Amino acid sequence: MSNPRLFQRPGETKPLQFRGARLFDPRSGLDQISDLTVEAGCISSIGDARPAGSSEGAEVVDCTGLLLMPAFVDPHVHFRTPGQENKEDLVTGTRAAAAGGYCAVIAMANTEPPVDSASVLGSVIERAEKECCIPTGFVGCVTKGMRGEELAEMAEMREVGAIGFSDDGLPIADGGVLRRALQYQRLVGGTFALHEEAPDLSGSGVMNEGAVSALLGMEGIPSVSESAIISRDCEIALYEDARIQIQHLSARASVEAIKRAKEAGTKVTCEVTPHHLLLTDGEVRGLDAHFKMNPPLRTEDDRRSLVEGLRDGTIDCVATDHAPHAAEDKEVPFEQAAMGVTGLETAFSVLYSELVLPGTLELGRLVEAMTCGGEAFGVDAPRMETGSNADLVLVDPADVWTVGEDGYESRSTNSCFAGRKLTGRVLMTVAAGQVAYRHRAFAMAVAE
Amino acid sequence: MQHLLGIEDLDREQIERILARAEGLAEVGRRDIKKVPTLRGRTVVNLFLEPSTRTLSSFELAAKRLSADVVSIKAQGSSVEKGESLKDTVATLTAYDPAAIVIRSAQAGASRLVAQWTDASVINAGDGKHEHPSQALLDVYTLRRHFDSLDGRKIWIVGDVAHSRVARSCALAFGKVGAEVTLCGPPTLLPREIDRALGCETADSLEGIEQADVIYALRMQKERMSQSLIPSLREYAAEYQIDSRRLLPRQLLMHPGPVNRGVELSSEVIDSPQSLITEQVESGLFVRMAILYELLAGKGSDDSEPVSEPPRIGQPA
Repeated sequence: MSNPRLFQRPGETKPLQFRGARLFDPRSGLDQISDLTVEAGCISSIGDARPAGSSEGAEVVDCTGLLLMPAFVDPHVHFRTPGQENKEDLVTGTRAAAAGGYCAVIAMANTEPPVDSASVLGSVIERAEKECCIPTGFVGCVTKGMRGEELAEMAEMREVGAIGFSDDGLPIADGGVLRRALQYQRLVGGTFALHEEAPDLSGSGVMNEGAVSALLGMEGIPSVSESAIISRDCEIALYEDARIQIQHLSARASVEAIKRAKEAGTKVTCEVTPHHLLLTDGEVRGLDAHFKMNPPLRTEDDRRSLVEGLRDGTIDCVATDHAPHAAEDKEVPFEQAAMGVTGLETAFSVLYSELVLPGTLELGRLVEAMTCGGEAFGVDAPRMETGSNADLVLVDPADVWTVGEDGYESRSTNSCFAGRKLTGRVLMTVAAGQVAYRHRAFAMAVAE
Repeated sequence: MQHLLGIEDLDREQIERILARAEGLAEVGRRDIKKVPTLRGRTVVNLFLEPSTRTLSSFELAAKRLSADVVSIKAQGSSVEKGESLKDTVATLTAYDPAAIVIRSAQAGASRLVAQWTDASVINAGDGKHEHPSQALLDVYTLRRHFDSLDGRKIWIVGDVAHSRVARSCALAFGKVGAEVTLCGPPTLLPREIDRALGCETADSLEGIEQADVIYALRMQKERMSQSLIPSLREYAAEYQIDSRRLLPRQLLMHPGPVNRGVELSSEVIDSPQSLITEQVESGLFVRMAILYELLAGKGSDDSEPVSEPPRIGQPA
């Protein structure tokens, strides 16, 4: 998975031996209870390890009853550096990612100032090389100041290390500007990730338009605001033979638009978030701003179509859209509250608890969707094969825990799953051969 | 009942109890000395973050008639205007240990948030376009003086439904006491799925309004034109104004005020005997007294009467 556009602080790899784990990697067709050894940052052997004691100083991890899988990749997080480090920074953001089982993430560019020039990007990368505990990629803005008017200097940003481009947080409303940007992609390369929303249709909406917004008297964001722009942008991408990734699908009409675009041969992939897969606008009835995000939670019918789209592959990957906000930005009336929720630390556990365990989604498909999100940006999905980089997540599939009971690694607490009882917990994450995270209770157990 | 945040939270029995209480308190209004000592020594804070004349004065007077100490705070000139958060404002006011906070806000759900931050009873005096429960209760009270029962009565609410908290609370309240509600207005001002949300019918035009027993007109604001929601007030009036031609002699007319004469209502129907508009204002006082009584009497203070006892009528404070 080594990619020159991913950055992290220097660290040491050390030999590890996972003993008696259920090794599970749908891509390699691996599902067996066995041992796995890591040496020099790579998977050196899979299968019965050499006799205990002979593994030359390797830390031995007893994995009886535990699940060892390729670690996850999130193509869509907000780390708030620079400018809003009170919400999150690269240290806390990547720690939260590691705690969720992620071995790589891609940070969006809607910071203050936005990452719309090589100089801003260069300074962020410099910090990443000191602060990120897992490999982190950074997109640059497509347009200057994310205003959707003039193209940003994407070629220079690409040279400095931009992994792709996105104005995420805001749509590129002007079809002409988007078309020029996609033409320019032929020079700069890199996938463009698109936040799809028509501002004129969204108006000043704060939640999904439907029975709940009608009841609450709040202005709604109709699903057509998303699906109409997805259709438009997929057609422009097809016309220009460009490569795009559609971010955070929220509606049935959007899934259908993606299906049509893929059938037509458009080079498009798309993301869905855990919250859109699990929650609906019914949550907003209590007017709790922890359920305010953009795109908004929609209806049960929309939610089901997203799950179906993920199952059948119309939707390619799971992305958290991890969006930390300060408490004071959420402890206000719903209409005034900031949009967005955190998600890195809960993504696997909520989806495992509420889709895999009830039998709605195969574990294999979930792992595929949680590992392939970076492929559009040249970040290969981690594999569990001899010789591969060690990007691994160790999960206790039976551990029952409550979200938020031990606090969060993220600097912010705006989780929409707070208080939810989940089954399955990340105990340890290895990213690029380094131990990036250990759950506290688990770390103590090993030391004994 | 700890708070009054919305009609949505109430059942028919709770609505009936407040209406019955209001009837008892209306007696007080007919005496020379219009005060009862129920809330003596207790404090009611009116926190009005949006302009209001009739609701604020009605709540102020209601609290005073019950002998409470009343403090009214308006956004203009207050610390809220200086950027203090709602949470901090409420913390400050809670330090005075009020028995009730009556709040009007431009944001939906503001009263529900305030209820999480204070031990006082919270009364929603209008939150954004969401709910205005005291208005709906006073409207049910007013209608009850004309109909023994609202079961099966047909009530049409006409106008800018999208921007009206009164429409939402009234539709819910009228429905809960048995009436059949139709929401009528320009299609651009009728939110999608509001029929399903509120359990009522919708109509894009006045066709069929002759079946209504009650016509409840809503205020139409000029700014709706610039938002391209209606072409002009003139065209709105042509399609939706309730005038003497459209108001049948057996129908009653209501409006939450303030009225735009010549827009949603013609002058002659406002002044007609079928109009309950001034009666609504009068009812508002008794119903708001009843709400304060229902939430506060018998709670938190040793010298107030228990809730089950009727108010001691006519005793000077």
